[in-house]
Amino acid sequence: MSKVDYGIIEETAKELYIRALCDLPPDVRRALKNAYARETKPNAKEVFKAMLKAVDIADQKKTLVCQDTGLPIYMVKLGSLFHWDGAEIKDRLSVGARRATQEFPFRGSSTHPVTRVNPQTSVGKNLPVVYIDFIKNVEYMEILMIPKGSGSENMSTMKMFIPADGVKAVKKFILDTFIASGANPCPPGIIGVGLGGTADLVMRLAKEAIARPLGQRNEDPEIAKMEEELEEAINATGIGPMGLGGDVSTLGVHIEMAYTHITQNPVAVNTQCWPARRARARIYPDGRIEYGY
Amino acid sequence: MAQHHLQTPFSEELIRTLKVGDIVYFDGTLFGIRDLTQIYMFDQHHEPPVSLKGMPCIHTAPSLKKTGDKWAPICVGTTTSGRMDRFTPALIETYGVRAVIGKGGLYEGSLQAMKKCGAVYLAIVGGAASLETQQIEEVEAVYWEHLHPEALYQFRVKDFGPLTVAMDSHGGHLYQGVKAEANRRLPEIYKRLGVE
Repeated sequence: MSKVDYGIIEETAKELYIRALCDLPPDVRRALKNAYARETKPNAKEVFKAMLKAVDIADQKKTLVCQDTGLPIYMVKLGSLFHWDGAEIKDRLSVGARRATQEFPFRGSSTHPVTRVNPQTSVGKNLPVVYIDFIKNVEYMEILMIPKGSGSENMSTMKMFIPADGVKAVKKFILDTFIASGANPCPPGIIGVGLGGTADLVMRLAKEAIARPLGQRNEDPEIAKMEEELEEAINATGIGPMGLGGDVSTLGVHIEMAYTHITQNPVAVNTQCWPARRARARIYPDGRIEYGY
Repeated sequence: MAQHHLQTPFSEELIRTLKVGDIVYFDGTLFGIRDLTQIYMFDQHHEPPVSLKGMPCIHTAPSLKKTGDKWAPICVGTTTSGRMDRFTPALIETYGVRAVIGKGGLYEGSLQAMKKCGAVYLAIVGGAASLETQQIEEVEAVYWEHLHPEALYQFRVKDFGPLTVAMDSHGGHLYQGVKAEANRRLPEIYKRLGVE
């Protein structure tokens, strides 16, 4: 087994943070263009036009779409056919996120929760958020990077329903969360929903839901149907882009589920704002890197 | 939907012609303020070193670069206004600010001050910092530099917008209107979703 140069993981972690902030994924661009085309309210159309313009300017000037560079999240998947050093990877992700912040440079938002001291590194104790998972029968590892802004993250909700509440309560909770959030999460974003599992897993599922590219449905037809129903319901509210009124209030509702306990039915909502930023890389043991979204 | 292209400073008369739902662009001076700027002004009683009379103020914590004495914008975006609601009536009544720019809107006390003095809340497109930064021609001054990135900034802007009049000087409140309409539709939406 060859030895990996973990320096490339640090470089990739840095590069992914910058790419995510400056270059919106093609599915998000497509969804925004569709929203602009579908929108009938003239004011809302103006708002969509400004959003699309901001995306173009960021392309031309190689600059950030949004000033909130957020908290860094790295979702890592390790291939099972190679011995990847997970502890080393975790350290390198943190250094990469710090270097992105200081070398680009952009505003760091990580802060001590009591002293509120901001080291201007985007990292700190237990930050970046790192999820580790595995992929069978491949050698490469994959990193999905998400910078999570506070406008949308601050609107997160979670509730432990009981079986007697039924799926009705879950649907109502998701819709009510959306309405209560109003303009704050910079709509129309991706409404990420976690369903089932435990209190911690349900929020992680909601986070994985916002990471799913737009235009893909959950593979479970029952859940996919719920996604469609909720999308229609949310758009019917007329909250519109930036909460100023309009036909398009969400780019998509994504639900991820896990089996849960017979006595419980947890649900979590985690919203992603309209600049739904993410960047992906596949790293091979021989040092090859493929970038994507 | 009326569209206006304005020049700062704004007169009371002009501001009173703006109605909820109108789209505004403007040229001229724009002041940048945030939480800490206003805590420093109002809670710690520091007089602004420059007149804000007739001017627009935006809720921002800009990324700027300083070369010698000169500041240049790296990335200027807009933050959620609600956190700064309690300072807004005094900003309008004491210092004569005519437009507050932000995202998410403000509450009743601010709306009353706008009605009384003739001021508006202009909603920017949140998240579109690259566009906003491009519309800033120059950082003319940074006052209270020790508070940076929450100091008091004086920008010169060109074609700044689009901004939606979301609160006007006649008591109009677009966010409240949109929410009221959503609540009116809600029973029907619940019914279709099967959750009533």
